[in-house]
Order: sequence, then structure tokens, then C-alpha cells
Amino acid sequence: MASYSTNEFRSGLKIMIDGDPCAIIENEFVKPGKGQAFNRVRIRNLKTGRVLDKTFKSGETVEAADVVDTEMQYLYSDGEFWHFMDPQTYEQQAADANAVGDAYLWLKAQDNCEVTLYNGSPIGVTPPNFVELEITETDPGLKGDTAQGGTKPATLETGAVVKVPLFLEIGELVKVDTRSGEYMSRVKK
Amino acid sequence: MSWQPRASLNVIRERARVYRQIRAFFNTRGYLEVDTPLLMPTTSTEVNIASIEIAHGSRPLYLQTSPEYAMKRLLAAGCGSIFQICHAFRQGESGRLHNMEFSLLEWYRVGYDYRLLMQEIELLITTLSLHHCSFGYVTYRQLFAQSMQLDIDRISVEELRRRCDDSVPGADCADLDRDQCLDLLLATVIAPSMQDYLFVYDYPLSQAALARARADDNTVAERFELFHDGIELANGFSELTDTAQQRLRFVNDNRDRRERGLPQYEIDERLLGALESGIEDCAGVALGLDRLLLVLLGLDSIDEVLTFRD
Repeated sequence: MASYSTNEFRSGLKIMIDGDPCAIIENEFVKPGKGQAFNRVRIRNLKTGRVLDKTFKSGETVEAADVVDTEMQYLYSDGEFWHFMDPQTYEQQAADANAVGDAYLWLKAQDNCEVTLYNGSPIGVTPPNFVELEITETDPGLKGDTAQGGTKPATLETGAVVKVPLFLEIGELVKVDTRSGEYMSRVKK
Repeated sequence: MSWQPRASLNVIRERARVYRQIRAFFNTRGYLEVDTPLLMPTTSTEVNIASIEIAHGSRPLYLQTSPEYAMKRLLAAGCGSIFQICHAFRQGESGRLHNMEFSLLEWYRVGYDYRLLMQEIELLITTLSLHHCSFGYVTYRQLFAQSMQLDIDRISVEELRRRCDDSVPGADCADLDRDQCLDLLLATVIAPSMQDYLFVYDYPLSQAALARARADDNTVAERFELFHDGIELANGFSELTDTAQQRLRFVNDNRDRRERGLPQYEIDERLLGALESGIEDCAGVALGLDRLLLVLLGLDSIDEVLTFRD
């Protein structure tokens, strides 16, 4: 198994900690001039999403995590699994609810997502930063009220609920920032 | 890829201003400016300092980790008090406050001990600073007692490891020795709470490096470090001039290196020869110029003061 020395540490590096794949968020090198050097790192457990701090003696080695982020197309959900396809190899992957997390709110068939594979199986799904989704449920629109800036909740085709301007109607397409869950604009069909 | 310097033009000009004032300071105080090679056939044996090796036929050369050995040979040759501005190299040191190549000001004052030298540093920094500076003094022992209610003379290594586990998140301290535990606490718990300029002095003898033991308390070395807001700026000693003791420390360093699976280095017989021929009592200090510049200008990362960091 490949391993990394602490002097290869940088943010984004994937390593194994206590048996779980983790990503380094921050790496700080501390060393009293004549003393022992340490690497203080903040890491995210890629399975649980939890963030924790670790301190290593510099020069120690840590096992690399076999983690790759791949661009995959979302196909459909069968209720239990969400199915993705690698557009190059046509290979399919099924991700369970743990791996998908809250990303299911933004998954629309045909969209390209980033799927994180650990030992070849999905452990995380990142939706595109922006998605275009249809409004399936909202209060009737107020005509001519385009300037006032009031908002109302609208349910989208994926089940996500976002705040949209008052003039929008059922059946219209909106662009949403998936990182904040905020409405960006109306999309002309 | 940017071809431009990392430091701003203002910082590049400030560095020139600081170097000019340093030279004026030492020249008026009777020091001789010297120049020693960056590339040497021997290197520091200190366990926590990693050298950069340059392949060269059957015998490697090393980029100097500090000009200390060469400058001591000049002291033995009768140069009197000397100073040097140069670059030094440490393998693998890289971060917000570290770069593998860095700038040093190193000087040796004949007839001084470490106390007088600390006063001279105060004077130098006050001269260079654009603002009022205040300096504090604390012994290594007092520092741990005040900051962590920790008695370094009495605490067992097991208890020390427990304190590390409690104070430093996610540290695995089981295989740290006594000095490594103290290093960890100093770097991660104590230094971040320091304010202004602070001299920490009388280091444990196990961390003496090339300092002599205190005559009236042989558990500590006449060694100090200067910090500013917890950033380590300088390290100095009353210099060890005893050849036999110096040889013993080199041998012990290499023994520790072997135990830790680190490369062992040939002992610098030229330095020992110089000590043998006799060196006047003196005190010496190395001051990191990149970090000093960072502190003087109130910047945050060494990135902002390095001319290039490609």
C-alpha cells in the first residue's frame, strides 16, 4: 500500500486515519529551532464527514487512502440506491443513502456529479455547483410583482424546498446554487 | 505561472534598509563582517536538524544548516568579534514560518556571556524597529510553571505525556521522549500565548546544543531563545569551548541519530581542532532575518517576506 511522509502533506491529500479514509483540510508545520518538528493537521473523515485534529511527528509516514474523485453521470434512483455512470467507460456505480447524504436534493438525471470512490465503491457524492430544476409546487404567482423582492417557498422536482421570488409559477425552471441552497435565477425554457 | 517576486517592492526595500542598519550597527560596535562557504564537507550532527546533501564524487557536500562551525574556526584564528549575513538550509522545513532556505544573521561577541548578548539583541532590535519595543525575560523552567503549572524538574515522562495528550488534540504521545514532549507543549500550547518580545533562557542541559552549562547550576545550559508574539526569532548561547565535551556531544548526537534511523555524520575535526587551539570566552547568536522582517513589518507569513518562493 502506498504511503505519504508528513512532508508530502498538503490540503486535499487522502490518508487513512484509524481505519477510515480522510482528507487533509489544513496542514501546519511547527518546530522549535533546535527541537522536534511536528505536523498539525485538520482532517475530514470522508465516511462520516466529521472534522478532527491530529498531530504527527514530522517524518512519520501515513498510509494513503485509495480514494478517487470521478466525474459521473447521475442516472436514476430505485428508492434504495442512486445509480451513476462513468461517461467514458459506461461502468455503473450504485451509491447508498450514506454515501449520497444530502446531495439527493440536487440530483437530476443526466447531470454530471463528482462521485468519491473508496476502494472502488462510492462513499460521497458532490452535486454540480449549479443545477436547473422545475418547480412542482408553490403558491400561485403574483403578476407584475417582479420588483418588490418578496419570496415564497417552492418545492422542486427533486423534493428540495427553496425560497423563490413571488412571481414564479409551477412548471417554471429555476437555477439553484447547491452549496448554499439558494435560488439564483429563472431559466427560460 | 507568475514570474513576479513573492514579496512586495516595499518589503524588498525594507529588507535592504534593515540589512544596511544591521551592518552599521555591527561596524560601529567593532565587529568584523565575515563570509564563510555555504557548501561544506561536514554538517551539523544535531538530531532535529536535517541537512541537504549534495552528491559530489565519493564524498558528499552539505548546504550549511548554520555558519556556526566555520565562524568558530574564525574566532580561534583570532578574528575577534564577528558577524555574518548569509543563507542557511534545513531539509524538509516548510510552512507558514519555515522555508528550507532562509536568511540568518549570526554573530559572536568575544568576552560576552549570554546575558550581555541578550541586552545587545534588545539594542539591535530597538534600533531596527519602527515602533516601541518591550522585552520580557523568563527562564525555561519559569515559563512552564507559569503557563502550564508544570514543574519540569519533577514531572515524570509518563505524566508529561499525559499532559501532552490533554493539551494537544489528536497527538499520539506514547513514543515521545521527555524533550519531544516539552518541544510539543512549547510550540503548540505555550508559544501561542506569548506576547511582545520575550527571552526564554536557561534551557535544560539535554537541549544545550553548543551552549556551555551554567557554572552555578549544571542542570541548565546558558542558552536562550528570543520570541515575538510566540514566533521564534533567535537562538544563542554562551559558547561551549571545551573540546572534550564538544566531542562527547557530537558522539551522543550520532548515537541518537542511529537509534532513530537517521543518517550519521562525520564529526567536524576541523572545528574540534579550532576549539583545541583555544577560543576566548564568547557568546553567539543566530537570528532569522526573514522572520525578523515579518515581525518588524507586522506581516503574517514568511511568504510575504521571501523575495521569491517559486
